[in-house]
Amino acid sequence: MSMAAIATHAERSFLEAGDRKGLLGWILSTDHKRIAILYLFSMLSFFLVGMTIGVLMRLEQLTMGPTIMQPQMYNAMFTLHGVIMIFLFVIPGLPASFGNFFLPILIGAKDVAFPRLNLLSWYFFIIGAVLAVTSLFTGGGPPDTGWTFYAPYSIRTGTNVSLAVFAAFVLGFSSILTGLNFVTTIHRLRAPGMTLHRMPLFAWSLYATGWVQILATPIIAITLMLVLLERVFGIGVFDPAKGGDPVLYQHLFWIYSHPAVYIMILPAMGAITEIIPTFAHRTIFGYRFIAYSSVAIAALGSLVWAHHMFTSGISDMASLVFSLLTFLVAIPSAIKVFNWVSTLYKGSIDLQPPMLYALSFIFLFCIGGLTGVMQGALAVNVHVHDTYFIVGHFHYVMFGGTGFGFFAALLYWFPKMFGKMYNRRVATVAWFPLFIGFNVLYFTMLVLGWEGMPRRYYDHLPQYHTLHVVATVGSWFLVSGILILLGNFVVALFRGEKAEMNPWGGITLEWTIPSPPPVENFEEVPTITQSPYHFNPVVRR
Amino acid sequence: MSSPVAHVDAHEHAVHRDYGGAKIGMWLFLFTEIILFGGLFILYSAYRSKYPHEFHDAGSELNWVMGVINTVVLLTSSLSMALSITAVQKGNRRLSMLLLAVTVTLGAVFLTVKYFEWMVKIHHGLYPNGPELLKRPPGEMLFFGLYFTMTGLHGLHVIAGMVVLSIMLVLLARGRIRQDDYIKLENAGLYWHLVDVIWIFLLPLFYLAA
Repeated sequence: MSMAAIATHAERSFLEAGDRKGLLGWILSTDHKRIAILYLFSMLSFFLVGMTIGVLMRLEQLTMGPTIMQPQMYNAMFTLHGVIMIFLFVIPGLPASFGNFFLPILIGAKDVAFPRLNLLSWYFFIIGAVLAVTSLFTGGGPPDTGWTFYAPYSIRTGTNVSLAVFAAFVLGFSSILTGLNFVTTIHRLRAPGMTLHRMPLFAWSLYATGWVQILATPIIAITLMLVLLERVFGIGVFDPAKGGDPVLYQHLFWIYSHPAVYIMILPAMGAITEIIPTFAHRTIFGYRFIAYSSVAIAALGSLVWAHHMFTSGISDMASLVFSLLTFLVAIPSAIKVFNWVSTLYKGSIDLQPPMLYALSFIFLFCIGGLTGVMQGALAVNVHVHDTYFIVGHFHYVMFGGTGFGFFAALLYWFPKMFGKMYNRRVATVAWFPLFIGFNVLYFTMLVLGWEGMPRRYYDHLPQYHTLHVVATVGSWFLVSGILILLGNFVVALFRGEKAEMNPWGGITLEWTIPSPPPVENFEEVPTITQSPYHFNPVVRR
Repeated sequence: MSSPVAHVDAHEHAVHRDYGGAKIGMWLFLFTEIILFGGLFILYSAYRSKYPHEFHDAGSELNWVMGVINTVVLLTSSLSMALSITAVQKGNRRLSMLLLAVTVTLGAVFLTVKYFEWMVKIHHGLYPNGPELLKRPPGEMLFFGLYFTMTGLHGLHVIAGMVVLSIMLVLLARGRIRQDDYIKLENAGLYWHLVDVIWIFLLPLFYLAA
């Protein structure tokens, strides 16, 4: 492409440029690329903490009776694991890191619409994280309610729920500001010729996500504030003793937290949609269907919240309606899967590490999605409610989906972000323990749950023992895979070979600028004349 | 922050002079505010349909005269806010500042009236976990719980609005808001109107519930 000329231009990359040196140059920078990397490193740190807690929980289940902790500690552990993984890793997840870095580049802009607001949202993120950590060591000790903070227990427990919900409130602001920024950016800063239907599909997924962040997050903000007010002043809205209704808490909680699931998964789907055409060397199949299915998932996903509450005493009519709506969400999700697979058809597939992880995403997401559809059926739902089946299901979606999507995106864009190439063979080797350990751990959970093992118990009955041991062994493989994968990136940062401008043969805009990109991304704003995945057909049909 | 960005301001895609973008951002933020209060309105409607009589009884204890006075105060402040923006559009900076000062003052009047209302209720023990309220039936406890939560949250928004408008006043004085660059004042005005609109809904739900 003509843009290749830019690569020869000696301009300093965003990693070197800047007025300030050292840490200040990072935490005071409003460059979207620097903020993205701040997010990336802080989120991965929290991920490692959450992962460690997960491993400890699995160790507890290795034997019957207390293994390494007491019940109260276990309660705190699953609460922390959930809060850290959800609020500090998966929700900011791909939008805050790769979205921040690549959204402006993909649409041919120099930055997001509100750069200072962008930095502010990272500050909110860190403040929220610090508050969450503080809640562990102050007040009545770490919260033990589960990440859902269900009333009335959350208003009665002596543990430090107040600070933890305030932390989640602050983190919600961070998320809202990111969404607001992205929606505005997409409306205002697209390069000339970049019509909505010429936008890369990662941008489309961020657009849908942004709207969910804007419209759903305030509900959790006010709900968590009410828990706080309830604990401090006793206003009574969720307290049965004062006429309040705890089920209303569940409604309000899931009105946000179910759409939040789509905040988590949509950007990962978007990243997968970028990766697959590049490594299949083929135009994406069904561009508009994928774009609109993101919006459809966001819209439909906002109307299914009560499927978390089929056993909470809602009416049969409501259950039926929410069950139907839940099934409907499967349609746009399946559209995406079919389109990805159709893109592969007769493509010239190059199984580089990003592609390997992207294909794993499709496989794991299908299991996660289909087990989700199973739970949409009322009778099955009652059977598996609050069992390991649920735990297995959402780990398939959140980790097999978003987690693998995150890894795939990191493998895909790492050379562009840092200008260094990691060891591709090690990345492939890491995949084996990661993928096998993942399935041993979480598929076993599906079976355990189907047989009746309840979630959030620190102990188990003899009939579940063998499967628990299998799952725990799986977790060791999984963790070693993750450590090899992440270690490989760390080594690459210090000793990696210099990455080329376009190591994968991608044709979206980020591959037309140097690695790492210069401060202003583009020497001159590009003019877009065709669709983003216009590959010269390698394989003719 | 990084200096090269500053040089491209004149460009079509400059980030800091995009009025349309600033407006979109503000409106999106207002949506989040509406939904934030929306959660409380959902709670209100659920409990009102569950305890209609208690809500009626408890509502009759609020002083609707004070409520109406405050409504007039806030509506007037929205008028002076709108006039302040018009004044700066016509290049009359002094008038704009004066009207903005009136707006902030009316906000303070609103809060003062609110303060006395709250104090009377608290004095009578009608507050969450208050001695008098604990004797009442559950529906009335919820009514006053919601009353203090919603008017309290609204009051916080009035305070936030006053802080923002005071900053605008300083920016006007320093010439940072001008006839050809008044988007900040316009956005601050949007926020103030939103606070006003929310009050318009709170008035009938609480004061006129009886």
